[in-house]
Amino acid sequence: MATVVELRQAVVLLGRFPALSGADLDVDEGEIVLVHGPNGAGKTTLLRTLAGLHRLTSGSGSVLGVDLGTARRALRGAIGLLGHRTHLYDDLTVLDNARFWAASAGVDELAARRALERVEVEPRLADVPVERLSAGQRRRVALAVLVARRPRLWLLDEPHAGLDAAGRDLLDGLLRDAVVAGATVVLSSHELDRARALATRSVLVSGGVVTPVGPGAPGAA
Amino acid sequence: MLRDACAVAAKDLRLEWRSKVAVNQILPFAVLVLVVFAFAVDADAAILRRIAPGLFWVAVLLSTLLAAGRSTAVESADGLPDGLRLSGLDPAGIFLGKAGALAAQLLVVEAALTIGIVVFYDVRIDDPLLYVAACLAGTITLASVGTLYGVLSLGLRVRETLLPLLVVPAVAPVLLAGTRAHERAFDQVTGSGWSWVGLLAVIAVVYVAAGLAAYGSLLEEA
Repeated sequence: MATVVELRQAVVLLGRFPALSGADLDVDEGEIVLVHGPNGAGKTTLLRTLAGLHRLTSGSGSVLGVDLGTARRALRGAIGLLGHRTHLYDDLTVLDNARFWAASAGVDELAARRALERVEVEPRLADVPVERLSAGQRRRVALAVLVARRPRLWLLDEPHAGLDAAGRDLLDGLLRDAVVAGATVVLSSHELDRARALATRSVLVSGGVVTPVGPGAPGAA
Repeated sequence: MLRDACAVAAKDLRLEWRSKVAVNQILPFAVLVLVVFAFAVDADAAILRRIAPGLFWVAVLLSTLLAAGRSTAVESADGLPDGLRLSGLDPAGIFLGKAGALAAQLLVVEAALTIGIVVFYDVRIDDPLLYVAACLAGTITLASVGTLYGVLSLGLRVRETLLPLLVVPAVAPVLLAGTRAHERAFDQVTGSGWSWVGLLAVIAVVYVAAGLAAYGSLLEEA
């Protein structure tokens, strides 16, 4: 199985603060890897680094075969990142947003509409400006954008937050489908029971260091 | 790049269509500038005709500051800079699209201002071709500068106050050359105005090239 993520002693300084302090991580194609840890441990920084949004201060890494040290911009378009923010234009309608972000990945409007249906955004909301949506509805639209763009690597920071019970089940189904279609998922979550049931394995981030946990991890019983 | 530019321009124009900021706020503001300056300077028709070229470009510049600020602000909310970075869109295409949409809005403002100076200032445009050429070249520069400095200020909390500070000095040559070209288009001064249009065109090419080259790096750092 191809290696999708490979980090070696990755250090990321945000200002003078070491958000990652020598992180090692390997993720293979088709895996769903849960990243968990306390607040401020470096989970978000880890995901943003994998997306190529942070420079490595030292260490090395590659994502989808792209060197994070020298060519991180080449990753753009192959990554789907959903964090605390949804990357949606408030003044545009749901359909306008889905259409624009889908078009930016070379995907047509029909696929954008299908993605909205897939995440069960009510058809009556298609022409509603995003600013009028609830937080959960916004999150579903953001998920629809990811579904339409079909990224090879999904990076999700607290993806269950803001979703109702049906939305959480829907998200889990989406991620399982994405993996079946060949994608790889790295997600952080504080909802450990749900996320563990979804993930193929877990890693703990603490103090900017990544430690494998669970069955199969070094030192596990 | 052109496909991406069209997608971004269509998105920005759709944003404007939905919010109506240019039509309901920037355009009336530009016309207000013409009227208020007329009160402030003099009610004498001859003086108003003489200062009309300069006032036209001052009104366009002030409108550019508002429109560029708005164009930047819509990209700063809800993590959108990250969205743009990760979109896979060609940064040069994003620059062209945003500058193109901004230019389209400014041209609408300029059309209204043209009616304004004809009606309020009793100006007669003797050389419409020269007038339009100066408007087009100047608008391309203003839109390019506004877009380029807009992304430079994108991630800053002091964005609203920094943007005018960056843009005004950079477009001072446009004010000068545009005013000179329009003076000749209004037949207020003898001599050809095309050399001033040539200067405007050169400035436009420089800023478009700078935007195409630098926008990606500036977006990364925003």
